[in-house]
Amino acid sequence: MGYQFDFGKVLQGEYLELILEGLQATMVVFVFSWIIGLVLAVVLTVIRAVEFKPTQFLVAAFVEYHRNVPMLIQLFVWYFGFAVVLPDAVNDYLNDLGAEIGYAIVALALNKAAYMSEDFRSGLRSIHPAQMEAARSIGLTYLGAMCWVILPQAWRLALPALLGQTLILFKGTSLAAAIGVAELSYQARYIEEQSFRIFEAYGIATAIYMLISFAIMWLSSILSKRYELRVK
Amino acid sequence: MLEIIQEYWLLLLIGEYPHGKLGGLAMTLIISFVSLIVTFPCAVLIALARTGKPGIIQSIAYGFVHNVRAIPLLMLIFWAYFAVPMIIGFPIDAAFTLIVAIVIYQTAYLGEIIAAGITGLPKGQREAAAALGLGYIPTMFRIILPQAIFNVIPGIVNQLTTIIKESSLGSIIAVSELSYVMLQVNSNEVTKPLQIFGILAAVYFVLCFALSQATNWLERRISSRRTGQVVVEAVA
Repeated sequence: MGYQFDFGKVLQGEYLELILEGLQATMVVFVFSWIIGLVLAVVLTVIRAVEFKPTQFLVAAFVEYHRNVPMLIQLFVWYFGFAVVLPDAVNDYLNDLGAEIGYAIVALALNKAAYMSEDFRSGLRSIHPAQMEAARSIGLTYLGAMCWVILPQAWRLALPALLGQTLILFKGTSLAAAIGVAELSYQARYIEEQSFRIFEAYGIATAIYMLISFAIMWLSSILSKRYELRVK
Repeated sequence: MLEIIQEYWLLLLIGEYPHGKLGGLAMTLIISFVSLIVTFPCAVLIALARTGKPGIIQSIAYGFVHNVRAIPLLMLIFWAYFAVPMIIGFPIDAAFTLIVAIVIYQTAYLGEIIAAGITGLPKGQREAAAALGLGYIPTMFRIILPQAIFNVIPGIVNQLTTIIKESSLGSIIAVSELSYVMLQVNSNEVTKPLQIFGILAAVYFVLCFALSQATNWLERRISSRRTGQVVVEAVA
């Protein structure tokens, strides 16, 4: 159809810089929300394991909110909604720091914390209760039994699901573009608008996304095999 | 909060219809159901290819699923937004491009779910069909698929929840679905974003929570049908 491909135009100078900046922002959002999400997920799992109805209900409500509302809307709630609650001075300060990326990290981290805590919980639930009883009966304390018997098996059972969530989180970082975070897909759209090089701009962004996704999938399959629970 | 609902409830439900474009919750539901209905036959084909004899068709299906899973939905929507009008040669409604993107994306996921249903059936089913002299097509369409699809109904309903959530991305390419309508309400009423997005989140929550409860119920029903045992539901 007479379209001349010219990847060189997008892969040099100003545009290349924009793509690299975008990639950096994508990775910052991904890594920070992954770490925060994982830590929060462990905390949530522990809270839910304690037999106390009110806190269990709160954790369950937190999980259900994040599972049943679109991730994009969760981003909107933080970005548009939370800013109003804050005093103006704090808002100005945050905006100077680049509030969008912070809100994106918070929203994605909370979302992943909800999903990952469910994965941990189902890992824990699939360990037969008799294992705990057996561990206690040979003289281990509750904590000892958890550390030496239950958790070493539970995290292996949860691992494939956690790795799946990691891939979903990486792809989810693209939603941050909707609240103005200058990450990869945002930059791709900007370059496309500036240069009218639709296929090159989106092609390169898509290729970068695919490359990193494949790396995550490859690592996942290695880790899942390496830490597979063989005795059941 | 109540004033917002009082003022905008009609917009929220059906958009500017009948004076303008249909939108809001009705649009979200139409997009989601149409996407699921179009995805279903595509997903069945992918599942058949994935579980069939090793060869070129299986490799293509594997490559499709693997590659689609590596791309964010937003990138697929951007591609569809530009590529679909170019391929068919005339501009079309953004809602249509959103549906195309969701169908491509979900075909990969739903295909895997149905494939899991097919591989989950006992081998004896195929062997019995072969023993009766049935060929590949009648075996698949009259013996294997009806059972496999029945068993994965909860997974399919669950995908509908996912599709409803994914349709919110339409707001980025100006499809007048629920999120887009509420973003517009937000720019009218600049001072109440927390209430407006709270309402939006609540609408999605009610819809998706009801569907996920339905999924759980279906799962119990189907596993009791399959095992021939009555699963006692917790009374509380």
